Amino acid sequence: MSEKRSLWEYANPRKFMGLSGTLLPWVAISGGALLLIGLIWGFFFTPDDYRQGSTVKIIYLHVPSALMAINAWFMMLVASLIWLIRRHHVSALAARAAAPVGVAMTVIALVTGAIWGQPMWGTWWVWDPRLTSFLILFLFYLGYIALWSAIENDDTAADLTSVLAIVGSVFAVLSRYAVNFWNQGLHQGASLSMDKEENVADIFYYPLLVAIAAFILIFVALVLLRTRTEIRARQLRAYMARERMQ
Amino acid sequence: MIALLDRDIKLAIRAGGGFGLGLAFFLIVVVLVPFSVGPKSDLLAIIAPGILWLGALLACLLSLDRIFALDYEDGSLDLLATSPLPMEAIVSIKALAHFLTTAVPLVLATPLFGVMLNLQAEGFVWVMISLAVGTPALSVIGTFGAALTVGLKRGGLLLSILVLPLYVPTLIFGAEVARRGTLGMDIQTPLLMLAGITFATIALLPFASAAVIRINLR
Repeated sequence: MSEKRSLWEYANPRKFMGLSGTLLPWVAISGGALLLIGLIWGFFFTPDDYRQGSTVKIIYLHVPSALMAINAWFMMLVASLIWLIRRHHVSALAARAAAPVGVAMTVIALVTGAIWGQPMWGTWWVWDPRLTSFLILFLFYLGYIALWSAIENDDTAADLTSVLAIVGSVFAVLSRYAVNFWNQGLHQGASLSMDKEENVADIFYYPLLVAIAAFILIFVALVLLRTRTEIRARQLRAYMARERMQ
Repeated sequence: MIALLDRDIKLAIRAGGGFGLGLAFFLIVVVLVPFSVGPKSDLLAIIAPGILWLGALLACLLSLDRIFALDYEDGSLDLLATSPLPMEAIVSIKALAHFLTTAVPLVLATPLFGVMLNLQAEGFVWVMISLAVGTPALSVIGTFGAALTVGLKRGGLLLSILVLPLYVPTLIFGAEVARRGTLGMDIQTPLLMLAGITFATIALLPFASAAVIRINLR
């Protein structure tokens, strides 16, 4: 009779530390390697676009970071739900750990977009729906992080930020549609959909996929690392409290 | 419930609460705009609906931290929590009291401020309608933000960071109704969206606010 295994075992901090400790170097190294390959391939071994010149190559940073900025929030939403429903501390800590990484991704997307937009659109910033939605997403991240750091009790903070993540997600989606309604944009539509005839050309597509995979791995590595740090910090606090009791 | 509503309104009006404050802040915004953008009547007429909406939103924001803070400090929130009223009802009443004491005076004062900003004649009715439909959503969303920050010593700034992105959809559709109405354009779509946001927040957000209050009172 083998013991029944499930995903929830890793909600135990000790199990999580064991697994994440083994995974972390692999994820981090493969993420870094893929990023190197993707960027070198993209920057030096793809031709310039016939209209955009070499500025097209910012796509290898812009698209993956924008993708991860949204997915990081989604991951925080799922982790928050798991915390509220099943009270697994690792889940709450992972949501907390993902937030600053998500902010970094949002900022990379906004900044690379502005750098690309300056020569192409002739302006650093326009109030385009996609740009505006990202700015709003950035504000949501800021509020989330600020709330985490403002509350002293860890469990209260986890509860409150989880509720904020859920309510915020609803309003983020609502804002996306409101902003779309408010202003028609300059930004091009999606060019990576599975179901569309006209996608970005293959020669740009493959290095882009590599870069996206690299960003996903790096995101996972950073979240694992930050969650582990947070667990260690809590252990340390517990030890210190115990010392003081004696 | 009615007793609680009565108490909250009386407190707001008598005890130096946010009653006049929001209105005064609205006045300040409206007075300062012509100084900052210049006194040209045609320019003011274009931006007037947006300024009125912005002023109303900021005035609402200013009085949000009063919704729970005083009750939390003197312990009456704990008493309310142990009363037979469900917490969802309490936060709804609080939001209603905030709406009645802050937003309703703003809506009523809009025509006066509209004159100061050279708002066109067709605009008055639509700015007032859009504010009347949209400000309940502002109060309910703000109550959620106030509930999140109730236990914090200096929650004011945090409260505005949390609430501002939540206000974006309401502001977009509200200001759009006011703008289109002023220009004599079709207002049906944004008005329906605005009403939808208001009713959806009234129906759903009190549950989130009540959950958050319970966490904070733990």
